[in-house]
Amino acid sequence: MKLTLRIWRQSGPTGALVTYPLDDLSPDMSFLEMLDVLNESLVLRGEEPVAFDHDCREGICGMCGLMINGVAHGPEKATTACQLHLRHFRDGDTVTVEPWRAKPFPVLRDLVVDRSALDRIVESGGYISAPTGSAPDAHATPVPKQAADTAFTSAACIGCGACVAACPNGSAMLFTAAKATHLGSLPQGQPERWTRAQDMVQAHDDLGFGGCTNAGECIPACPKGIPLTTIAQLNRDLLRSHLR
Amino acid sequence: MQTLRLYRSTVGKKAVMAVTGVGLLLFVVGHMVGNLAIFSGPAAIDGYAAWLREIGVVWPLRFGLLLCVGLHMVVAIQLARRARKARPVGYEHGRRPQSYAARTMRWGGVVIALFVVYHLLDLTAGVANPHGVQGEVYNNLVADFRLWYVVLAYTVAVLALGLHIRHGAWSALQSLGVTAPRGIALVVATAICAGYLSVPAAVVLGVVS
Ligand code: SF4
Ligand code: FES
Repeated sequence: MKLTLRIWRQSGPTGALVTYPLDDLSPDMSFLEMLDVLNESLVLRGEEPVAFDHDCREGICGMCGLMINGVAHGPEKATTACQLHLRHFRDGDTVTVEPWRAKPFPVLRDLVVDRSALDRIVESGGYISAPTGSAPDAHATPVPKQAADTAFTSAACIGCGACVAACPNGSAMLFTAAKATHLGSLPQGQPERWTRAQDMVQAHDDLGFGGCTNAGECIPACPKGIPLTTIAQLNRDLLRSHLR
Repeated sequence: MQTLRLYRSTVGKKAVMAVTGVGLLLFVVGHMVGNLAIFSGPAAIDGYAAWLREIGVVWPLRFGLLLCVGLHMVVAIQLARRARKARPVGYEHGRRPQSYAARTMRWGGVVIALFVVYHLLDLTAGVANPHGVQGEVYNNLVADFRLWYVVLAYTVAVLALGLHIRHGAWSALQSLGVTAPRGIALVVATAICAGYLSVPAAVVLGVVS
């Protein structure tokens, strides 16, 4: 199949979309394999290959992240860009590929952005303080089934940043809420629950992310199906932490 | 100190939007119910207006509303400016947010605010009303809705309000920590639109004259 790619190229402070026609693609290729093919041809022509982030290519690491035709991770629901296959495009389509756009995610090169801001949020409170040493018995702390389920759903976040990219406010609230809800739902996370909510929201705001206004755009963008209820729980925790 | 930290945070601002929004929503519902008195004739609605003044709720209510509107707008502007700063470079291949109601919250709010100014000049101060006699609520209303452009302006404003509530009522609950089904907000918004639009509709159709 044939596709015309319009890819954001940037090596300095600004960049532009560059058009690359591609022939002979297989519909079974993944989106990243297509970029590999393009890069091979660019290298053969003596041009700079397109820089893009990726690692596991199986939808679990959160490294890949592309805005494909204005949709984070492309048109498939609950699918990372690395798991997106060309069969979801029509032969002859023009596809625009851009990096995540947010002030706290500066573009490093082409499609690669620096997402360390998400790490700063986790550092501010996305942990529990517990004595380490040998692993505790698995049943040492009983966890109610519902709490375990909520924690597990939230823990599925892979930190890809698609929620930020899709948010009309440039907010990282879904990510922040996923982390806070993951720990805040478990018994081990209770001692720091209230300071965690305050510190993570503060870090989120200080990093320059926008404020969440419940637009809900992050939900279809999230490849891991993190639900909006996590944001409600973080809101509740934060309000409660101040009113206690 | 704690309160200040809460107010400074984006989550705290959202809570301010929610609480003031709920206050305004309660007023909007009360106002709508009051409007329906028009269907019981001039004496009922004029008497209701006079009674509101008598029991002395008008000024405290105005003060409360002003506070709510003020905070609601200040915080909305702060969040909008923050959002703009958070994405200095936009997407070339833009895509509109999916929910029309969510997308129009900011401009819809401006439309509602402008309408409120006109509405106050029209039916509170009476200066923009074709009849414009204090206390003659019924006659003022009927005089208004005999003019097609007043009906049009009023209808647009009520629909903008409905859309605002469609997203806002659900959003307020979410901001305060409760994820409610979106249908609730739709029901509330539809009921409010129907209640408000029944008055101009009645005048246009000649049910009230
Ligand atoms: S919440 Fe979803 S979209 Fe946001 S970083 Fe986590 S996995 Fe990615
Ligand atoms: S490369 Fe790991 S999730 Fe896509």
